[in-house]
Amino acid sequence: MSWMLDKTRPICPQICEQICVKIAQGEFKPNERLMSVREVAVVAGVNPNTVQKSFEQLDQKGIIYSVRGSGWYVSADTQTADDEVNELIRSKTNDYFGQMNALGMDNSEIKRYVKEWKPDE
Amino acid sequence: MNELLKCENLTKTYGRITALNNVNLVIPRGKIIGLLGPNGSGKTTLIKILNGLLTPTEGSLTISGFKPGVETKSKVSYLPDSSYLNSWMKVEQIVNMFIDFYPDFRPELAYKMLKNLDIDPTAKLKTLSKGNKEKVCLILVMSRNAELYVLDEPIAGVDPATRDYIISTIINNYNPEASVLLSTHLISDIEQILDEVIFINKGVVELHKTVDEIREENGMSVDELFREVFRW
Repeated sequence: MSWMLDKTRPICPQICEQICVKIAQGEFKPNERLMSVREVAVVAGVNPNTVQKSFEQLDQKGIIYSVRGSGWYVSADTQTADDEVNELIRSKTNDYFGQMNALGMDNSEIKRYVKEWKPDE
Repeated sequence: MNELLKCENLTKTYGRITALNNVNLVIPRGKIIGLLGPNGSGKTTLIKILNGLLTPTEGSLTISGFKPGVETKSKVSYLPDSSYLNSWMKVEQIVNMFIDFYPDFRPELAYKMLKNLDIDPTAKLKTLSKGNKEKVCLILVMSRNAELYVLDEPIAGVDPATRDYIISTIINNYNPEASVLLSTHLISDIEQILDEVIFINKGVVELHKTVDEIREENGMSVDELFREVFRW
């Protein structure tokens, strides 16, 4: 899975989000060793200090933990990561509904539209 | 000491033209910093003072507490905006020259990067394309184990694949004791790897912030903000 970064948003929270998604989807497993700060920096093409800051924030939330001299590990309990992803899904859905409301559709119309919607080929 | 580079009231005038006007800057260790500004804004003047190629008209600039001179040349690895290497020399001869000049030069790293970028060490510099010449210069500069890397327009003439390689080289070479100062006007490709950006215009520092602060406060990329600030 690649690292998709939005150029108009701060990088640090985006790294946090993507790590939570990878944990929630099971790509990064409980108690498994994470990539090093430098490895994430290289594959995502971002500054190592930013990755370090993201890891520290995830550590504070209990999503990952560090082992002295060994690196970063995914916490045994992935509930917090799942919650973060659910919160993201919620806020993005809110945004979507807000944008569709602005186009003149009410919520029941949006739901009907989504149900019948097919992706472009 | 965390302050690697410090400018205090730094001013440089060329006759009646003011290239730098009362610049105050502190650059700590362990940062990758973009020096951004339109043509003629004073980027190269600042870099030349830093390397002792120009002397300030007023104010001071110090690197780890030293004025630019013999001590600082062993700490600063500088990529100028134009090549100064002898074009009749072979790449490996230039590598040997760097080994003689700089005790902190890491030849194994230089040869590894030359190999990765498919550059023949036995080729003469003048037989290489413009982009490949730039790559050789950058490899030499990044192969030193310096405290401050100063790169003046490092990505201007290279193809996008090489640009990515250069960016990953800068990240891989990251060292918490050293900083990288790179000047460019091609911001969008590199803003993700920067800690901080310095916008300089008409010799004045207009803005000095982290990339995430800029994105947070303006809701736009550094590149977009740059275009907005320097529109005419």
